[in-house]
Amino acid sequence: MSMGTVWALLGAALSALLAGAGSAIGVGKAGQAAAGVVTEDPSLFSKVLILQLLPGTQGIYGLLIAFITLTNIGIMGGSADMSVHKGMLYFCACLPMAVVGLISAICQANAAVSAIGLVAKKPDQFGKAMIFPAMVETYAILALLVSILSIFGVSALK
Amino acid sequence: MSEKQYTYAVARIRAKELTLLNDAFLEQLISAKSVNEDMALLSEKGWKGRENSEKQDPLDVLSYEEEKTYRTVLEMVDDPHAFDVFLLKKDFHNLKAAVKETFAGKAFADIYVNGGTIEPEKIRDAVKEGDFTSLPESMSKAGKKALDTLLHYRDGQLCDIIIDRACLDEIKKASTKNKNALIRRYGELTVALADIKTAVRGAHAKKDLEFFTEALAECDTLDIKRLAEAASLTVDDIYDYLENTEYKDAVDSLKKSFFAFEKWCKDALMDSIRPEKAHPFTIGPLAAYILARESEIDSVRMILTGKENDLPDQMIRERISRTYV
Repeated sequence: MSMGTVWALLGAALSALLAGAGSAIGVGKAGQAAAGVVTEDPSLFSKVLILQLLPGTQGIYGLLIAFITLTNIGIMGGSADMSVHKGMLYFCACLPMAVVGLISAICQANAAVSAIGLVAKKPDQFGKAMIFPAMVETYAILALLVSILSIFGVSALK
Repeated sequence: MSEKQYTYAVARIRAKELTLLNDAFLEQLISAKSVNEDMALLSEKGWKGRENSEKQDPLDVLSYEEEKTYRTVLEMVDDPHAFDVFLLKKDFHNLKAAVKETFAGKAFADIYVNGGTIEPEKIRDAVKEGDFTSLPESMSKAGKKALDTLLHYRDGQLCDIIIDRACLDEIKKASTKNKNALIRRYGELTVALADIKTAVRGAHAKKDLEFFTEALAECDTLDIKRLAEAASLTVDDIYDYLENTEYKDAVDSLKKSFFAFEKWCKDALMDSIRPEKAHPFTIGPLAAYILARESEIDSVRMILTGKENDLPDQMIRERISRTYV
C-alpha cells in the first residue's frame, strides 16, 4: 500500500472519528438534559427525544464521507494505489467534514440543551425550540457538501 | 478553571420552575378571605405539608416546602455543601438563640430553626456547655464573644451585632470562594443590603461611629468606612452617600418606609437571579431556583401572617416581592 493511500485513509478515518466523536458528545449532553426534563414530566419524552437526536447527524455525515472516500480510493475493492499528492488531496477533502462535524455537533448540543429547557417550560413552543439547534445543522451540511464535491473532484483527477 | 456543568439538573429545574408561584397566584392568596381559604388554594398547588393532607398547620406546610426545595436540588448535585452559603443565616440565628437561652438559663419553645448546615441541638449544646470546639471557627469565635459580652454587659443588642457581623463575614467569605457568579452576587448583595439596613436603623437610634465600625461587614460595592461615618451623622448623610453607589435606587424606598426598603431588597435579589433563566449548564439556575422558592415561601408566610392579623390587603401587597417566574 502506498503513502498516498495512507493519507487518503487517514482523511476518511478522521472524518468518521471526529464527526462521530462530536455527535457522541452532543447526543450525550442533550440526553442528560432530556433525562432531566423527563424526570419531572414524562409526557415530554417524544419532544425532547427529537431534540436530543439533532446533534447525531454529524456522525452520519462523517460516516458518509468516510464511506465515499474508501470507495473512491479502492480500499473497499479495486486498486488502492495512488500518489502521495492525490492521497493528500483526499485527506484535505475529508477535513471540512471532520472538523466542522466535531465543532458543529458540540455547538448544536448546546443549542439543543437550551431548546430542551425551553420545551420543559413551554411545551407548546416545541416547533420554535427545534429551529434554534436546527440552524447549526446548516454548517454541517455545508461542510458535507464541500467534502463530497472535493472527493469527487479529486477522484476525477488523473 | 471552567465551571462544572449541571446539564441534567438545570433541565430538571426548568421543568420544576413551572410549579413556582406567580404574581397572579400571590394576588389570589392576598384576595382570599381567610387563612383557610389560602391553605386550600396552596393545597391545590401541592403545598400539603408532611402529612399530604389539606388540613395542615400553615407553619408546618411552609417549613416542609423549604425542606423539600433543598432536598430536591441537593439530590441533583454531587456536592451536599453546594448551597451552604444560603443556610448560614439559619446557623447563626440558632447560635444567637442558643446564646440567649444560655444567658437566660431556661429553654424557650420554638426559637431554633431547622434546615441549617449544623443541627440546632449541636449548637445549643456547644453554647450551653461553653465548649465551642465542635462548631466551625467563625461560629465558635462569635458565639464565645457574644456570650461573654452578654454575661458581662447584659447588652442583647451588642450580642446580636457580634453574631450578625460574623454571619455576614462568613456569607461573604463563602460566596467569594464560589466559582458561580450568581452565588458571589448573592453574598455581595446580602452583605451590602444588611449593612444599609444596620446603618439606617443605627442612624435613627443615634448610634456612634464605634457601633457602626463594629456592626458593618466588609463588602465590595460599599465603602464601609464612609457608610459608617455617614451613619454616625444623620440618615440624610447615608442617603447622600448611597446616591453615589449602585444602591441609589434604594434611597426612595428608604425614604418611604422600612417595609418599602425590605421589599426593594427582595426585588433586587430577584432581579439579580433572573438572568439565570438563560443559563443552561451552570449551577446558577439551581441556586436561583432555591432563592426563588425561598422568596415565594417568604411571600406566602407574609400573606398568611397578614391574614391572621387582619391586615388590609393593600398593606400585605406592599410587602410582597416580585416573583422569579
